[in-house]
Amino acid sequence: MDLSIFVILFQDGVVSAAIYALLALAMVLVFTVTRVIFVPIGEFVSFGALSLAALELGRAPGTVWLLLLFGLASGIVTLWSERRVLTARIWLRTLAETVVLPVAVAALVLLLAPHRPSQWLQVLLALAVTVPLGLFLYGAVYRPLAQASVLVLLIVSVALHIALVGLGLIFFGAEGSRTAPLSQVSLTLGDLSLSGQALAVLVVTAVLIAGLYLFFGRTLIGKALQATAVNRLGAQLVGISPLFSGRFAFGLAALIGTAGGILISPLTTIYYDTGFIIGLKGFVAAIIGGLVSYPVAAGAALLVGIIESFASFFASELKEVIVFMIIVPILFVRSRRSLVLEDEE
Amino acid sequence: MSAPLLSLERLSVSYGRVDAVREVSLSVPEGAIVAILGPNGAGKTTLLSAVMGILPCRGLATFRGVPLAGRPVEQRVADGMSLVPEKRELFVSMTVEDNLRLGGFRRRSTAGFAESLDAMWALFPRLAERRMQLAGTLSGGERQMLAMARSLMSTPRLLMLDEPSLGLAPLIVKEVFRVIAELRRTGVSILLVEQNARAALDLADHAYVLENGAAVLEGPGEALRRDERVIATYLGIRAVAS
Repeated sequence: MDLSIFVILFQDGVVSAAIYALLALAMVLVFTVTRVIFVPIGEFVSFGALSLAALELGRAPGTVWLLLLFGLASGIVTLWSERRVLTARIWLRTLAETVVLPVAVAALVLLLAPHRPSQWLQVLLALAVTVPLGLFLYGAVYRPLAQASVLVLLIVSVALHIALVGLGLIFFGAEGSRTAPLSQVSLTLGDLSLSGQALAVLVVTAVLIAGLYLFFGRTLIGKALQATAVNRLGAQLVGISPLFSGRFAFGLAALIGTAGGILISPLTTIYYDTGFIIGLKGFVAAIIGGLVSYPVAAGAALLVGIIESFASFFASELKEVIVFMIIVPILFVRSRRSLVLEDEE
Repeated sequence: MSAPLLSLERLSVSYGRVDAVREVSLSVPEGAIVAILGPNGAGKTTLLSAVMGILPCRGLATFRGVPLAGRPVEQRVADGMSLVPEKRELFVSMTVEDNLRLGGFRRRSTAGFAESLDAMWALFPRLAERRMQLAGTLSGGERQMLAMARSLMSTPRLLMLDEPSLGLAPLIVKEVFRVIAELRRTGVSILLVEQNARAALDLADHAYVLENGAAVLEGPGEALRRDERVIATYLGIRAVAS
């Protein structure tokens, strides 16, 4: 292997690592705040990418119907859980969020899609149809289970993942899509040539990570999410509702997952079930971070991305095996250090 | 007398089949300090947890005349209740100042937020010295003060203190009770659960004695201090002389 191959593999690895890092951070966020291992984050990657692909073809993405469906489910569950304290305000708020918002987004998408709006508008529309799904999944599925054990929440996550993959097949079909790159600029530095899309991935990832850092470090709402992660009872006692934190965490994770899908879809063909494998690699990184540490998870994502890239060069048929094997020695070391990272159970 | 701030009527709390609190009725008048005494396992902490909404309960509980049933914890905080739990429940990996700011989370955009923060630094000078320190690095006494200050940041009408002197050095205990006495003057009502019966009765306008989950005795603080059963069980013989 000469230097130029090394550089190309390294660069490839870093670009996929950026996506894995985003997903790992989203998983750590959701787990620390709500104790949910957010397996279906991969579906947000797929749905974001496939929605954008449909919009590029001038078609309304299938996510529109999913949005209406899950909005309705979330609305019914919300009204049911608050049935004993139901006020006009709660009715209106729930209706606005779970019926009016999805209908408005759906109408906008159905109206604009055939006209092939500009790429930026397409990206915004893809985000608008996919991200609210995160809130609705929380409202419809996880909120009523807020008291359940980590294991129950994990089983529910896996079930939800399987259901969403099925729905993805129904609404998007079996064929894969690749979207147009977000940027045509390319950068050449000697041997190193960086495509516009790779650049876009790195820049957007850096901006998102910096944004998250500022959000958690500087804003009181970010600190409230952190507080929920540090001490759930303490957070409740100061008036931070678990519902508020949970919704925020899921909304943010859905945004990150969707953004990841939009970023990666010009680089690789995305099928209705591709997101899962991408999400799983983010999960490997999150696990290395003990599901609690943002910096370790981000660093681990870099490791996963680079190992994957080199593995695909030297032993492409064993690529996934090698990536997922990393977790074994790391879990071994972690358990030897007897770090207890379990939650209250 | 006007309607009490907090009123409990025949409140019961059970863990499975075991009744931890049985049909306790009590009331906290506006501006008063009410103490709950009793041995370990009498159900004092359980009672406070139920009042705060952390545990489900039966019976009627009203705060400012409004029934509490169905109101989640954070709603009760917004209503003006605040609990300083026995275990403090601080955000240990965050700074003292962040803990306090989060205490006022519900009023974060109100005008009085910065003033409340300043008032806390004045009330607890030790915390002011450690404002950038992580809460997890504080001593036991400082943690108790931080927990109290964090609660006060929500400007509660009713402050519930669960064993504020537990495990603290005598000098710190004195400091904690000084603060409680000072708070009375600001008009906040206090429901105090305390093992240190003497200190509690010195402060309390009214007190209840809880045993095996039931209220067995109640009366003005002054009267309970002279009650023979209280003296024998909670104050010790020497209290008679004082």
